[in-house]
Amino acid sequence: MRRYFGRKLFTYTLTFFIAATIDWLIPRFMPGDPVAGLMAKQGGLSPEGAAALAQYYNNLFGLDRSMPEQFINFWIALLHGDLGRSVYVHGRPVTEAIMGAIPYTLALLIPAILLSWWAGNSFGALAARRKWLDNTVLPIGYILTATPYMWLGLVLAFVLGFSLRIFPLSGGYGFNLEPALTWRFFTDLVAHWMMPFLSLFMVMFGGWAIGMRNMIIYELESDYSRYLEALGAPQGLVRKYAFHNAMLPQITGLALQLGVIVAGSLVTEIVFSYPGIGMLLFNAIKSEDYFLLQGIFLFIIIGTLLANFVVDIVYIMVDPRTRVGMRGGTA
Amino acid sequence: MTGTLNADTKMESVSGSPTNEPTALPAKKASGEFLYFAVRSKKFLVALGILIVLIGIGIFGPIIDATDPVAQNGIAMQPPTADPGNWFGTTYFGEDVFAQFANGLRATFFVGLLGGGLAALIGMAVGFIAGYFGGWLDEILNMVTNVFLVIPTLALLLVIASYLPSSWRGVPFEAIFIGLTSWPWAARAVRAQTFSLRTRDFVDLAKLSGRRGWKVIATEIAPNMSSYLFLTFILLFGGAILIGASLDFIGLGPHEGMTLGLMMYNAVTWAALNLGIWWWFIPPGLGIMATVGALYVMNVGLDEIFNPKLRDI
Repeated sequence: MRRYFGRKLFTYTLTFFIAATIDWLIPRFMPGDPVAGLMAKQGGLSPEGAAALAQYYNNLFGLDRSMPEQFINFWIALLHGDLGRSVYVHGRPVTEAIMGAIPYTLALLIPAILLSWWAGNSFGALAARRKWLDNTVLPIGYILTATPYMWLGLVLAFVLGFSLRIFPLSGGYGFNLEPALTWRFFTDLVAHWMMPFLSLFMVMFGGWAIGMRNMIIYELESDYSRYLEALGAPQGLVRKYAFHNAMLPQITGLALQLGVIVAGSLVTEIVFSYPGIGMLLFNAIKSEDYFLLQGIFLFIIIGTLLANFVVDIVYIMVDPRTRVGMRGGTA
Repeated sequence: MTGTLNADTKMESVSGSPTNEPTALPAKKASGEFLYFAVRSKKFLVALGILIVLIGIGIFGPIIDATDPVAQNGIAMQPPTADPGNWFGTTYFGEDVFAQFANGLRATFFVGLLGGGLAALIGMAVGFIAGYFGGWLDEILNMVTNVFLVIPTLALLLVIASYLPSSWRGVPFEAIFIGLTSWPWAARAVRAQTFSLRTRDFVDLAKLSGRRGWKVIATEIAPNMSSYLFLTFILLFGGAILIGASLDFIGLGPHEGMTLGLMMYNAVTWAALNLGIWWWFIPPGLGIMATVGALYVMNVGLDEIFNPKLRDI
């Protein structure tokens, strides 16, 4: 087990190092010059003024140092939690802006992931090889799972928010409220949370239900199931064994899916102007706030790595083979 | 990897449990048998029909109705009517929604084909090399694959796309970048399959006859998992479409031309939701959903055609 964890930790550390390095490399080696972009916004500069301003910017961002020096400085700042300052949030530190948005994103993602995984797997297992259920669940599952997250969000917002006026259309809480520990604020928060949660939940549900349904069919076709049946074991018992074995790939699937799920939550937040990481990202792109954008990238990576690690731990608890043979697992 | 929700979980079910090895059939006999089951598979036929209609709109729509998708010359916010010039209505700026839809569909298939195709090529190359040659080459490639598997594709694309100078921001570049970043799970799947095939007798025989590694892969291993490779490509195709749409929707789409994701981005930016212009954002999402959904259903249909164990006949 120690070897298994050691390997995982090494992969994750390496991933973080590579991701952060890419984050550092891109602005420096992409065609086009961010400083030139900033200068273009000023306009009406004399040649000397432009030169002075370019020098100022290069000095400000430390771009006038040598590359290795810039790289080391980047890591020193990163390990101190300093990701620079954001233009979009009026010069406040990037870390602060991101920390303010993270609770909203987590409040959406964690319940949506866990509930859809549970509901989808139970439903998919129930539907497999049962004609009537299979014929209804399968098409619905495929439609849901092929739906772009933002579009389902738009449809929900249009039907439930615009036409029926059940839930508020946008924002994290009402414009007439201040965050406070009151019942009124809490209910308002939940009302705003409902639609983005629903759209994330529904798309993911479809994927899990189909995945589980297909896995169960494979398991029911395999030799051990046939053998159990031949021994005269009741259907329920055979399905129970099949379900246990089909669970493992679904856990691995969750780890593989994290990237997609994160992307889904980003676009869903944009649809509902929900004040999480996705909305912050949208605004960072609109206002060309590169520090904020790069900070968000790193936070997404850290979040995904942590989630992967949690999945690994769950996998070890569920699959005894990983404890004994130190094999299997996700990455 | 967007939408690979489906892709990944399904890829596993396609590959099945590790014990489920690809079926090796003589090529001639197999193709006839596959055709026999293909014309009897409802899933395959329905999905193929939907895809043909959508591809038809993408190819011929912009030719028949040559309206410029971004020309603001209609009446603004016109709901869809029976009038043939206006069946999809117009946007907030009086642009023709059908022209945008048809051009967007074309771009969508282009992104799927180029992005998905590139990802399939890289994934297969990495998977074959790692799985067949093994050793330190496998260790290195596997590590690289695992690292890029964990990094969310969209997050990586965001940073790249935001620094691209605007003259570079077009549909082809988007497709290439998607292809370069969404291959890892395919590499892993192909590696696992290659691994299970490389110890078979017919591969040993080919090796004994003195054929080189690449030749063995091309003549013995790849043909015996061709159905599997094709299914991988279909899932990558669908995944690339969904990633492209998300990228456009976040606001990093192409500066010129029209895509389905860009239509939704514009609709949200210009408050189509608050104005109730549903005909602006319903068609693009429906187009993506129909395309990707049809691809996934086709994938399952083909899986049943290729794998006798799954046939419900």
